[in-house]
Amino acid sequence: MSEVLTAPLVVEFPFTRSLGPVQSAFLTGLRERLVLGVRATDGRVVVPPVEYDPVTADEIRDLVEVGTGGTVTTWAWNPSPRRGQPLTTPFAWVLVRLDGADTALLHALDAPGPDAVRTGMRVRIRWAVERTGAITDIACFEPAENDPTDHQPAPHGGEFAEPVTGITTPARLDYTYSPGRAQSRYLQALAEHRTVGERCPSCRKVYVPPRGACPTCGVATDTQVEVGPRGTVTTFCIVNIKARNLDIEVPYVYAHIALDGADLALHARIGQIPYDQVRMGLRVEPVWTEGARHPDHYRPTGEPDADYDSYKELI
Amino acid sequence: MPEPARVPAREPVRDAARDVAIVAFGQSEHVRDSAETSEVEMLMPVLHDVLAQTGLRARDIDFTCSGSSDYLAGRAFSFTMALDGVGAWPPIAESHVEMDGAWALYEAWVKILTGEAETALVYAYGKSSPGDVREVLTRQLDPYYVAPLWPDSVALAALQARALIDAGLADAREPAGTAARRRGGPARPPGEYVVAPLRTGDCPPVVDGAAAVVLAAGDTARRLTGRPAWIRGLDHRIEAHGLGVRDLTDSPSTRLAAERAGAFERPPDTVELHAPFSSQEVVLRRALRLDGPQSAHVRINPSGGALAANPVMAAGLIRLGEAAARIQRGESDRALAHATSGPCLQQNLVAVLEGDPRPGTGGQHKEGQ
Repeated sequence: MSEVLTAPLVVEFPFTRSLGPVQSAFLTGLRERLVLGVRATDGRVVVPPVEYDPVTADEIRDLVEVGTGGTVTTWAWNPSPRRGQPLTTPFAWVLVRLDGADTALLHALDAPGPDAVRTGMRVRIRWAVERTGAITDIACFEPAENDPTDHQPAPHGGEFAEPVTGITTPARLDYTYSPGRAQSRYLQALAEHRTVGERCPSCRKVYVPPRGACPTCGVATDTQVEVGPRGTVTTFCIVNIKARNLDIEVPYVYAHIALDGADLALHARIGQIPYDQVRMGLRVEPVWTEGARHPDHYRPTGEPDADYDSYKELI
Repeated sequence: MPEPARVPAREPVRDAARDVAIVAFGQSEHVRDSAETSEVEMLMPVLHDVLAQTGLRARDIDFTCSGSSDYLAGRAFSFTMALDGVGAWPPIAESHVEMDGAWALYEAWVKILTGEAETALVYAYGKSSPGDVREVLTRQLDPYYVAPLWPDSVALAALQARALIDAGLADAREPAGTAARRRGGPARPPGEYVVAPLRTGDCPPVVDGAAAVVLAAGDTARRLTGRPAWIRGLDHRIEAHGLGVRDLTDSPSTRLAAERAGAFERPPDTVELHAPFSSQEVVLRRALRLDGPQSAHVRINPSGGALAANPVMAAGLIRLGEAAARIQRGESDRALAHATSGPCLQQNLVAVLEGDPRPGTGGQHKEGQ
């Protein structure tokens, strides 16, 4: 049997980013169905436009309007679209040099198959129906073999009513998380309401929770040692701000607890005692709830407080 | 559009104030799935290996620097937990880069050059199996114009491969042949298209793994190993982040880093290239002038390269380690090692390593040999 635990883990962020003047004009332009580039120090028209010169790093601000049709400079056929990509059916990734631009823009090309795509082919933008001022306002490119190619970049002031000044880009990554051997053993013991640390074979210290290595000796901890269940509060803080999605009334106490037999304090909430009566040296024990994989909180045991000297090395 | 040539800076770092060498290299097995072990559990045997090779204890190391990315395994601050494997308490002098370990080695090298340290431990690890590395790597892209389209790492490499084919620098079949050679096996069927023109055989295997090296200065290096791999030059350069601004068929940043590292002063006998995709080896060979008859004797990627094992964040450091190990074993006298980072070879590092002349062999390769 495998002793190693795994669990699904989703990491998700809605990144909110502010835009500089060039990015703001470009993305607002997309909303209005026009494409702006920026003239670089060497005269090239850079699309999508950047705020600083790609070669000299000078600030560049001279905007020009380029065409909405262009030429494929390289492409790659994607037979299996993935989550978040512009199209859900097989498509070509393309770099497109828009008419009037000197650099290419990355996007998707909606084409029936790889035989319908070649470098040098003419394409045009297919605009998204709903546009917010984002690169995805370009839904994709589509073949446009008969479109004319002549387009001279025209100066553009970059002024728009209600310019877009920021974007929110959701990002999500999915994992199958594994904590490794030592932490799996710890979690499995916790499920049986036991707290099991691991001992360093070199310095003999017992780490709880174990992370697989002794941070002093740099060697694997190798012996499981049951500690607690009782322990001593070594230090604590009073939490006054309610955490989102956490159903605990504030104020409450969060403490470092040195379990009996452990050489490292773990941390947990202290309950069943008024927050302003918690003190260093308080003796506590875990409180388990039905079906939980870890203690809900620790409560006073009623024993006399521990002597400071007995836990001062663990603060 | 070609990148305008940049003016090389006046003072190459290669005439360095101190001699610094790689004196030990170790790596883990690279496995498809390392769910059995946490990062530190995977890394620790490698750290113990390089320390044992030098006879150093962790306490003897003056500076420790690591390279890794928490995004790979989705484990926040995994690099701080990995430090447990070094023995980081009481506090040690330590640093971390969210980059391939080759760049951690660069930082450690600079630290030794300044005289702040005599020895350094450099390590890197990558645990890609918990996530989807193609998706994870999209998060390093331009967040305004590119990342919202979620172009995965294979897609971007495929755009580069197509540009090479269009330019006549590669044919559609060549990449898979390169890959088969690098993996040391007979030519295998090139596999299915992942993102055409790249097939499964052109793409790096997704693996978990770790690597470490020990650096030491001057006489310390000589004391720690029989044949130190002296770092004669080390430089890294980056290109514009806009993919459509770059000429994807060329790698001016590799060429410039190689110039600055002194790579073109004499040909190497061994080259370790960090080319995760077979088509990228074509770009690197051109940038490093490895295709001409003068390079016929050069052994390229005797280790198998990143197509044999590509633990993300460690694969570049492994190139430097593999090159150094060949010098240490007496199988090379002058080696070039390359590491890359970012999409389509965006950032590149080049190291030139040499062994001391060996008695009775005529020493190092000379020009034109």
